Amino acid sequence: MIIDFLEILFTTGFWAATIRIACPLIFATLGEVICERAGILNLGIEGIMSIGAMVGWMSVFLGADLYSGIILAAFIGGMFGFLHAIFTVYLGASQHVTGIGITMLASSIGFFAFRIILPSSTTPPKIEPFQELHIPILSEIPFLGEAFFQHTPFTYLAFVAVIFVFWLMNSTAFGLSVKMAGENPMALEAQGINVLLVRTIAVVIGSSLMAIGGAYLTMSAFDAFYFGMINGRGWIAIALVIFASWKPERALLGALLFAGLDAYQVRAQQLVGAFIPYQFFLMLPFLLSIVAMVIAAKRTRYPKALLVPFRRGERH
Amino acid sequence: MFNFRLEERTNTPSWMFFLSPFLAVIISLFLASFLILLAGVSPIESYFQLFKGAFGSVNAIAETLSRATPIILTGLAAGIAFKAKFWNIGAEGQLYVGALAVTFFGTGLIELPSFLMIPFLFIVGALAGGMLLLPLVILRNLYKVDEVVTTLLLNFVVVLLVSYLLEGPWKDPMALGWPQGASVIDQGVLPQLIPRTRLHLGFMISVFTAFAIWLILAKTVIGFQIKSVGFNPSASKHSGIPVMRTIVIVALLSGGMAGMAGVTETAGLKGYLTLDLSPGFGYAGIAVAMLAGLHPLGIILSGIFLASIYVGADAMSRAMNVPSYLADVIVALTVLCVLLSIIFLQFKITFSGNKS
Repeated sequence: MIIDFLEILFTTGFWAATIRIACPLIFATLGEVICERAGILNLGIEGIMSIGAMVGWMSVFLGADLYSGIILAAFIGGMFGFLHAIFTVYLGASQHVTGIGITMLASSIGFFAFRIILPSSTTPPKIEPFQELHIPILSEIPFLGEAFFQHTPFTYLAFVAVIFVFWLMNSTAFGLSVKMAGENPMALEAQGINVLLVRTIAVVIGSSLMAIGGAYLTMSAFDAFYFGMINGRGWIAIALVIFASWKPERALLGALLFAGLDAYQVRAQQLVGAFIPYQFFLMLPFLLSIVAMVIAAKRTRYPKALLVPFRRGERH
Repeated sequence: MFNFRLEERTNTPSWMFFLSPFLAVIISLFLASFLILLAGVSPIESYFQLFKGAFGSVNAIAETLSRATPIILTGLAAGIAFKAKFWNIGAEGQLYVGALAVTFFGTGLIELPSFLMIPFLFIVGALAGGMLLLPLVILRNLYKVDEVVTTLLLNFVVVLLVSYLLEGPWKDPMALGWPQGASVIDQGVLPQLIPRTRLHLGFMISVFTAFAIWLILAKTVIGFQIKSVGFNPSASKHSGIPVMRTIVIVALLSGGMAGMAGVTETAGLKGYLTLDLSPGFGYAGIAVAMLAGLHPLGIILSGIFLASIYVGADAMSRAMNVPSYLADVIVALTVLCVLLSIIFLQFKITFSGNKS
């Protein structure tokens, strides 16, 4: 019996599934990291992922190619991020309530638009999603090749995104500004840099990544859009950001760890499914996220200016 | 990019406070009308259908008020929590555990005469809702674990638990294969207020609860402490207010009222627990609370308003062929417009030509 549980770890299917499950979380968590690093909590994430999933899928369904679909999803995500920024950055509205409002608005507009374009579809129509791209040579390696190098281009893009965000945050002037905007905005303003603009750009970029994470679901993981398909992934990403201490590289680690546990439970379910109802397995990701937050709580150090609106010329 | 300043208003005229939610609603309806145009029909005709669907007959009004019942309660749940800056976004989950409590106690385990059974169900529902929030409050107070995320995540866990119970041990064998719970015993069912409609006693109870919360906030020490903690936690601490204890009480009240919403739906509207008991009443409560400026009595009105949008949108959807998701768009827009109005009430916006 125990051997069966261990054997799961030695199947390529498990590792490949881990990568697939991690991808939307990687994009979303990276997006939220950028927003929160700039001092803005973005609870619009769940809705932005939802409309990203819809827009990416719909563009392809209406004739666009797959890459244009990603770009359109990112654009819409960025627009909702901009809306979030107008409220939270420029007007200093409550970041919690604005975020919930953005989530409600983005997902309901997405659903509304889906129904307008496809008024009566009981079985969701399908698109031709991203196909596997076997990376030359690497994909030939036994075991590792099949587990890690026979994925869709969208999947590889997630890992490119990690490198990009890592570089952006740690090696560019913009990344430094973002971090200062979230830690000590007064000091940033003193250097003649527009804090509000930096925060806005960060929220727009972050929201685009979230929307891309949503689009991954409809364009790579599955081939159809259905209501409620984000299913809490955005909220899980918010927990992962805390678990990752607001660092892109740890966001990758957190998403992979999390996805690994998720991929494992699906397979373990087949072993003990007769004894434990499937709902308890489905609860695990949410319970694990709470546990991850509790574990991280001790060493958690929030960006100092997170949730604090910045008003020009105002002393804090 | 934007050259403007926010200047704090020294005094805001009270008519502005009164008028702003109405303005927010009108702007939301105006913005949503562009989506109706996208659907290819007349917004005015659509809104007329929506209004007719919500208020056009006794039956429509009864339906609107019965829909308002849980929304007022989840609105109060969000309202009191947000007042203390305790971000309980978990009313959806708390509603369902309230419904679970009703199913556990109210389907035959305990039999009391009606005048005891109904209060008993509300008490166990409220306790269940409050208890669900308690561990999260403790995590927040002791380890600073953000309650926004934990309450949101727990919603999913609770819904899965309900799904398990309804497909497994609690499934009503009489329900012909539908996953639903056993029926609440007759003594526990909330009586109808208007015959042959779905309006039930729960509406009166939710209105009564709103008055009770208003009294607590306006007249009691704990009410003062709640407002004070929300206004300025560190100053409250220095002036000797037990901040942690206040937050725990807020959480119990908040979760309790969300749990009561589960009671009204199980024992009042449906008579048994189903998996689609709440089409997002917990989240709607946030919009209700914001629209009312977190005022308990205002929540009664904003709850009825939001319910009318939901009920009316179904009728509009049938008559005009506009997707009923429009209701959700209107509600979301209302939340954002209310946020804008809060800013404009607090600050005067002055545009400057160039950065000085």
